[in-house]
Amino acid sequence: MADLEVQVQAQAGVAVEDGPAIELEALGRNYGERPALAGVSLKLAYGETLVVFGPNGAGKTTLLRILATLLRAHVGVAKVFDESLPAQAWKVRGRVGFLGHEPLLYRELTARENLRYHARLHGVGPERVEELLEAVAMSDRAGEPVCGLSRGMAQRVAIARATLHAPELLLLDEPYANLDPAAIRLIEPLIGASAGRTRVLTSHDPMRDLAEADLVLGLRDGRVQLLGDAAEIGSEDVAGLYR
Amino acid sequence: MSRTVGALLRKELLVELRTLESVPGMALFAVTTFVVFHFALNQSTVSGQEAAGILWVTLLFAAMLGVNRLFVADADQGGFDGFLLAPVDRNAMLIAKALALLCYLVVLELVAVPAFGLLLLGPSLGQALPGLLAPLALTDLGLAAIGTLVAALAVRTRARDLLGPLLALPLLVPVVIGGARSSSELLAATHPGGLQARWLLTLGLYDLVFGLIAYAVFDFLLED
Repeated sequence: MADLEVQVQAQAGVAVEDGPAIELEALGRNYGERPALAGVSLKLAYGETLVVFGPNGAGKTTLLRILATLLRAHVGVAKVFDESLPAQAWKVRGRVGFLGHEPLLYRELTARENLRYHARLHGVGPERVEELLEAVAMSDRAGEPVCGLSRGMAQRVAIARATLHAPELLLLDEPYANLDPAAIRLIEPLIGASAGRTRVLTSHDPMRDLAEADLVLGLRDGRVQLLGDAAEIGSEDVAGLYR
Repeated sequence: MSRTVGALLRKELLVELRTLESVPGMALFAVTTFVVFHFALNQSTVSGQEAAGILWVTLLFAAMLGVNRLFVADADQGGFDGFLLAPVDRNAMLIAKALALLCYLVVLELVAVPAFGLLLLGPSLGQALPGLLAPLALTDLGLAAIGTLVAALAVRTRARDLLGPLLALPLLVPVVIGGARSSSELLAATHPGGLQARWLLTLGLYDLVFGLIAYAVFDFLLED
């Protein structure tokens, strides 16, 4: 029975392994001479949520892009699912869903065409595309070019893109940007805490996102200012990052 | 790999069909250039080496317009990131882009070669056309391989519109020479000859070498 449960969870893309899903040690990345990220060390267990706070330019997006295998770290160690990045990045890619500032959608293609394109890249069938369009309430507008959609609608399609292949790890860069409360409720089963996946999300809203966090990281100027269990960190601590 | 190439190529052609950013510009440029040559040379027809030179140089510059646009949508709309996040062979993008550029070049030539025959070429195009197919095909392969490689290299730089042609043109000069030399006798007004096999072979080898180089290095061009 227990085996069956593990199998079902694995098929649903839910993490079942023990040990850290993400392990960072003295991680650093520069842009030219400027350090964008320096000395970040942490461990995040499977199924847990890390929320990263910090003002603009703190290094949140850089951290996410390194974990997504889109950027190389210049110093330190980054391991995702026990695979070293960037050497073993190819083993990690299919297991990660990345939602960035840009929706990563072609503006001239329709929402459905974009999702089908990404589905083919990930070896996912077209029925999954329809299922996700339905889930983000975009079925009616799926035939329209993305350039004709509002920012919130494009964000919903982008969330569908990021979760097409049922990734085990979700990397979410301000995922609720441009979404109204109804849309946030709509996408909760896909990228929210109830999705049961390992998540790293960046945020500026401690009131909402501290409640979802297991681990909290606060960055400023690329350096760690705050790191600890969510239970031990309050909104005031996070607010201090922005002063 | 073939599934990925198919998905990328389909997306590429769909984007071009929707935006019409490359092919119409390439075709218009070629036809306009022939009209300009028609008046600038002050002669109603050209033949032989002169005709071959005008044809291949015009096709080269028209192709550069397509090369410059090849990765722009991917760079500007996050297409690179979307592709790099997928667990696929990265050379699939090289092959798909080269195939897309090849399609654009074929459409360009479907417009440009008849226009060249109509506006400038002295000898009958119908007679020369079957012989022109081999050098056109080999030149297209070279343009596609080198153009895709250079476009991928230039697109992430700030001066991509300048850097693309600056890198591509020196590498494409041998392709133009091969195309022109192999077909000049075919376009001669009197006693038209056949194709120059030696130049066709050179073109083929050049295509092969750059095709292999592009395949070997493309993965690194996509890396951070």
